[in-house]
Amino acid sequence: MAAIFQGVGAAAALSSSLSNSFDSKKFVSSPLRKGASFAVVRSDGRVNLNPKGRRAQQLISNAVATKSDSAAASSSSKPGHELLLFEALQEGLEEEMERDIRVCVMGEDVGHYGGSYKVTKGLAKKFGDLRVLDTPIAENSFTGMGIGAAMTGLRPVVEGMNMGFLLLAFNQISNNCGMLHYTSGGQFTIPIVIRGPGGVGRQLGAEHSQRLESYFQSIPGIQMVACSTPYNAKGLMKAAIRSENPVILFEHVLLYNLKERIPDEDYICNLEEAEMVRPGEHVTILTYSRMRYHVMQAAKTLVNKGYDPEVIDIRSLKPFDLYTIGNSVKKTHRVLIVEECMRTGGIGASLIAAITENFNDYLDAPIMCLSSQDVPTPYAGTLEEVTVVQPAQIVTAVEQLCQ
Amino acid sequence: MNSASCAAKISTQPFSLNPTSPTSHDRPLVSPKPTSLFLGSTRKLRLSSSSKLNLHRRSGTVVAVSDVVKQKKSKSTHSLLITKEEGLELYEDMILGRAFEDMCAQMYYRGKMFGFVHLYNGQEAVSTGFIKLLKQQDSVVSTYRDHVHALSKGVPARAVMSELFGKTTGCCRGQGGSMHMFSREHNLLGGFAFIGEGIPVATGAAFTSKYKREVLKEADCDHVTLAFFGDGTCNNGQFFECLNMAALWKLPIVFVVENNLWAIGMSHLRATSDPQIYKKGPAFGMPGIHVDGMDVLKVREVAKDAIGRARRGEGPTLVECETYRFRGHSLADPDELRDPAEKAHYAARDPITALKKYLIENSLASEADLKAIDKKIDEVVEDAVEFADESPVPSQSQLLENVFADPKGFGIGPDGRYRCEDPKFTEGTAHV
Repeated sequence: MAAIFQGVGAAAALSSSLSNSFDSKKFVSSPLRKGASFAVVRSDGRVNLNPKGRRAQQLISNAVATKSDSAAASSSSKPGHELLLFEALQEGLEEEMERDIRVCVMGEDVGHYGGSYKVTKGLAKKFGDLRVLDTPIAENSFTGMGIGAAMTGLRPVVEGMNMGFLLLAFNQISNNCGMLHYTSGGQFTIPIVIRGPGGVGRQLGAEHSQRLESYFQSIPGIQMVACSTPYNAKGLMKAAIRSENPVILFEHVLLYNLKERIPDEDYICNLEEAEMVRPGEHVTILTYSRMRYHVMQAAKTLVNKGYDPEVIDIRSLKPFDLYTIGNSVKKTHRVLIVEECMRTGGIGASLIAAITENFNDYLDAPIMCLSSQDVPTPYAGTLEEVTVVQPAQIVTAVEQLCQ
Repeated sequence: MNSASCAAKISTQPFSLNPTSPTSHDRPLVSPKPTSLFLGSTRKLRLSSSSKLNLHRRSGTVVAVSDVVKQKKSKSTHSLLITKEEGLELYEDMILGRAFEDMCAQMYYRGKMFGFVHLYNGQEAVSTGFIKLLKQQDSVVSTYRDHVHALSKGVPARAVMSELFGKTTGCCRGQGGSMHMFSREHNLLGGFAFIGEGIPVATGAAFTSKYKREVLKEADCDHVTLAFFGDGTCNNGQFFECLNMAALWKLPIVFVVENNLWAIGMSHLRATSDPQIYKKGPAFGMPGIHVDGMDVLKVREVAKDAIGRARRGEGPTLVECETYRFRGHSLADPDELRDPAEKAHYAARDPITALKKYLIENSLASEADLKAIDKKIDEVVEDAVEFADESPVPSQSQLLENVFADPKGFGIGPDGRYRCEDPKFTEGTAHV
């Protein structure tokens, strides 16, 4: 049953059921922001907001097209459909390619092979070999080619078969992708999306287990987002394609088979916003990508122990959504960051700096950050497990923080 | 456009892939000649054979694929290649390039511009020979030695000079500088500081042209892209990767190598296992052509063929122009390594002098006509300097403009508003 309510001025907290199984029921709820905004509560308990500040496009961050039938039918007219995360990415990509003929895909094995993680499966048959271009193995050059195409009117989506391969394209990403809009005095826009799977998988070895978000974060002129659920994967993919800025979309190798029910309607997820996963009172846990699931697993344990963690999936790695984060810090006064990136110079490090700079007065304790070890990811399973943050460590960290 | 059919087409191309066969009818270039075509080596300077070489080149240098071109070559090259208007246009463009660059040197030493400034003196024939054949919608991609490419493509001298002075009226609002000249209006896609970086961008622009024709169904879209780069770049991976992709997909692009024999202080011969760059074209399935880059008319003939090929959808061409820069690599380069004899040799082949001679000897223009052009260009360049001098410097509010096309990319601040909603944020108050 879908119901729409309008809250003006009042902050109404919407509660929703706790549900934190690994494969997906998501719930989103958050106090309504000041001012007119409306929320839609879906039958699965998810709430989506249309915050007033995020004007411009009506589509932004609204899961459902706003229908004014508050006299809700007993069963929802649009039940949504269930799919896996890689299918959600594919759906988003396909919809955007249908919507705008200038959207094209370039990468290794994206065409006939359907993508090494099947994100582009079937697209070459549907749109042709030029719109879904199988490139030779030349990351630097085909990324540059994507940038040249973007400058001259197309909207390419460049796939790195594994994010790590984009290290070879660093020249083009840093020098051209990030800089050309500026050095050309605003004459050329580069509406490119660079995406691919990264992160630590299952014994893939050091070079296939890289997290490039920390390397790219200093590049001026680009945006970085990380998806973690089928819902936000599709939403972020679509928003990234529609954005006039170059966007790097980080996916994770282990999350492609997550299943979730997503809306049938057209929706996008705002590129600059964070996602409230679980509201709470005691501690703010900031995370993204795969670590979100480790955090939610730890949250189960923590709740049983009597803690009430607030979990935020920051989603936007560059820029940070300091509003959502700040509100949370002001409420809980304790922050734990859980990330998969390396400790040195990682996203967590930047986040600590940003929070300390802006919200130092609200903190009751130093910010804790759990990151992966500064080590090339070992092949051995036992070692690999200890390289990334595990739920038990998160529980311990929260207990320490809340003493 | 699947790869199987491409391979089939390549094997039936008429050019020979055996570079050492002197009697290959499609590769007259490889007919008897000294082992090194290049007179610029620090070790071997073949001044004595230069005149013979030039004669050879005149008849056999140009390698082309189409029959039309072969016919043209059999005619005597002493028949007029250009009309009076064309001749004067070429002359004016080269004089503009030369005068502008000379003025840049002056202004640099007077402290009006800073940083790395790379001048094009001596290479004007390549820029003029190629770019004057283009339409406005065709694209040009250059390197850091890009002032004259910009001017040839039509960017006003005022805009280029202002950019060099770092003023807001520059073609890139003062944000790019000498090495980053861009013009959307004239389809100049840069200006790149790292060598080789622009070649993939040019390949992308050519890809867009093909995409427009085949996917967007703009059947008459025949836009061509020219990528200019030097001999040093031809040892860089991006060069080879793009030759492969351009030939694979038959992109409408021409790769123009401005081989001036020197990459700062590194002689081409010391850096390259096989210094004959044009030979690398056929290795990827496209014609490779060598041309005397000090002769604007020869360059223009080769350019016509290459651009024509691209327009007709026949794919890319690699053109190696043997040329020379009269000044150092940049204004900061003391230029001590190059042999004065080599410099003298090329100074004697100044492309502007050569064109002037041709125009006068063939009665296409009089001394007075050419002097009038010289004077006109002097005024244009003076005016450009005046304009640049009088233009305002960027204010601090310009600092963060243009970082993002959509400034929402700066994110949401602690107060819930997008940072770009704060009118002062472009001064640099925004945090990431």
